[in-house]
Amino acid sequence: MNKPITLSRAFADGVAEEMQRDERIFIIGTDIYERGGHFAQVKGLGAMFGRERVRDAPISEAAMVAAGVGAALAGMHPIVDLNFIDFALGAMDEIINQAAKMRFMSGSPVPLVIRATSGTALFAAQHNNSFDGFLSQTPGLLVAAPSTPADAKGLIKTALRGEDPVIYLMHKRLAGTRGVVDDDIAPIPFGKALIRRPGTAISIITYGACVPKALKAADELAAAGIEAEVIDLRTLFPLDYDLIEASVRKTRHALVVTEEPRIGGVAGEVVASLQENVFDSLDAPIARIGGAYTPIPHSPPLVEQCVPQAVDIARVAAKVVARRRMQ
Amino acid sequence: MNITPAVGEPVVPVDLTGLPANQLPEWLSMMLLIREFEESCEALARDGSVPGGAHQAVGQEAVAVGAVRALEPADLIASGHRPHHHALAKGMNPRAAMAELFGRATGVVGGRGGSMHVSDRSIGYLGGNGIVGASVGLAMGVALAAKLRGESHVAVAFFGDGAANTGRTWENVNLAAVWQLPLIAICENNQYAVETPISKVMGGESIAARAAGFGLPSIQVDGQDVGAVYRAVAEARARAAAGEGPTFIEALTYRYYGHNTGEVITYRTMDEVNAWRASRDPIEKLTGGMKARGLLADRQLQSLTEDAKAVVKDAIDFARNSPWPEMASPDLITGLRPVLRGNP
Repeated sequence: MNKPITLSRAFADGVAEEMQRDERIFIIGTDIYERGGHFAQVKGLGAMFGRERVRDAPISEAAMVAAGVGAALAGMHPIVDLNFIDFALGAMDEIINQAAKMRFMSGSPVPLVIRATSGTALFAAQHNNSFDGFLSQTPGLLVAAPSTPADAKGLIKTALRGEDPVIYLMHKRLAGTRGVVDDDIAPIPFGKALIRRPGTAISIITYGACVPKALKAADELAAAGIEAEVIDLRTLFPLDYDLIEASVRKTRHALVVTEEPRIGGVAGEVVASLQENVFDSLDAPIARIGGAYTPIPHSPPLVEQCVPQAVDIARVAAKVVARRRMQ
Repeated sequence: MNITPAVGEPVVPVDLTGLPANQLPEWLSMMLLIREFEESCEALARDGSVPGGAHQAVGQEAVAVGAVRALEPADLIASGHRPHHHALAKGMNPRAAMAELFGRATGVVGGRGGSMHVSDRSIGYLGGNGIVGASVGLAMGVALAAKLRGESHVAVAFFGDGAANTGRTWENVNLAAVWQLPLIAICENNQYAVETPISKVMGGESIAARAAGFGLPSIQVDGQDVGAVYRAVAEARARAAAGEGPTFIEALTYRYYGHNTGEVITYRTMDEVNAWRASRDPIEKLTGGMKARGLLADRQLQSLTEDAKAVVKDAIDFARNSPWPEMASPDLITGLRPVLRGNP
């Protein structure tokens, strides 16, 4: 069996394999050729592929994404590495008005991956924005948010074999997460969620860094006799409505957990679609836990209070299961 | 360079030196077609045939024709919110262009784009763009792809003086200069960003001078002179194709109509507009040059003008008689398949 590797390493391996397979793939970013990115997400690829295909650019998110969109329109398959998703704001026109719209407007596909580190951790308010919901509700974009090294590799392979723009979110707290990745791992289709832990009492639907927290909560719930099913969405657009709905029809209870603020966003979409489609199967209102509606502070104890924790997930799940349907 | 005319200044004919004399009738035809196409938009917007109106390029014909005729067919061009003249010069079918303005199914992109988003990859036209300065980035990326693949074609971005005050324009120009990409950035300085005169909102000496600071060849040309534009772009193209990097060209020009169709103009005088029309008209400058060299008879000019009118009339009839599009499938709506194609 292979040794466990980090999520960043798995991503880099996936990119390297695809770059060997397909000459159209190249990377644009800052500090990537030698440093390999702030989270080692492309470490070693500079030496492997050279400066033409691992291109250090000036700090201009707009120009980097524009270069990616134009090159993609011309038939290449660029990866633009934005470091932090927060920096996407400097290229929001290029992402929303150009990358996402071009295929619709002109019929020309835009095979482009925009990779960015996301999620809530250190570095305070301007390095911890969550745009998950906003990006995944923008027509024309696909959004991946892997929670394991294997998924990181499988999803980047798919992103690099598709023909539409993909926002590829890698959570800060997961960059160093280790896991075993098979050498011959298959590309993971977008829109296919995964049951991380099967259960019968409640469906806990989440993604990214909340997945390990939900699994920990499921352990605590099991000790109390509640078997929770934990679903990892893996991609935020497309969403795997079929799997979510089948799970909730079985468990009759649902809890949606996101790190982005509770209002709007991915959780709102999942809850609304469940309400529309599985209402008659529900034994209790669907609950959701989200991040605090606040810019993220610096102080670590404050940060912890801004995002859902395993203890919150266990507590709310138990409450949902305990609630008896009004007859 | 200042080409703003004084009242009564005579028309200086285009200097035909170095221009392909046998192609000039086609250049003239194209400029006449653009003029007719753009002028027709005024009434079509007013009667609702072209929903939302259009940004016309009447007066700017020489920039599009001079630039595009200096290119090879495989070269790609991108433009901004005033794109019809580039599209037509690059070879867009006038019927498909007009039907797109009408929002009909037969439009060049099926009615999804409209005036600002006409595009046709089969002729190397990346399309118009509703975002000021965005064309520079798209063309820059296309140029990057050409360089990476060792292809010999170049990319051209057209944008206006308004784009010279957005950050993205210069971020993209800088990257093109740093990476020595085969890009020709053509700023059509028509003097006004909507209603704001460039002289009131630009620090520094000129847009071209600003561009020069990024370390690429940067020049101003008389954009009313199709020959001057042609020679400048041909030189820039040769440089780009030889791997010598990008060029910035500021083409000084003028639009006779408002920013959009049907606008009441209060920010400039009719005397100013009339002076440009009388002394700097790009079509008159070309016909003057051709006549002086015996390359154009009055009868031929009349015939070419009538042809242009007939082509535009046919395009309007075609558009008017075309069906409305239908929202057929999610693919059509988003241009995106729910699951990526290419999955195993």
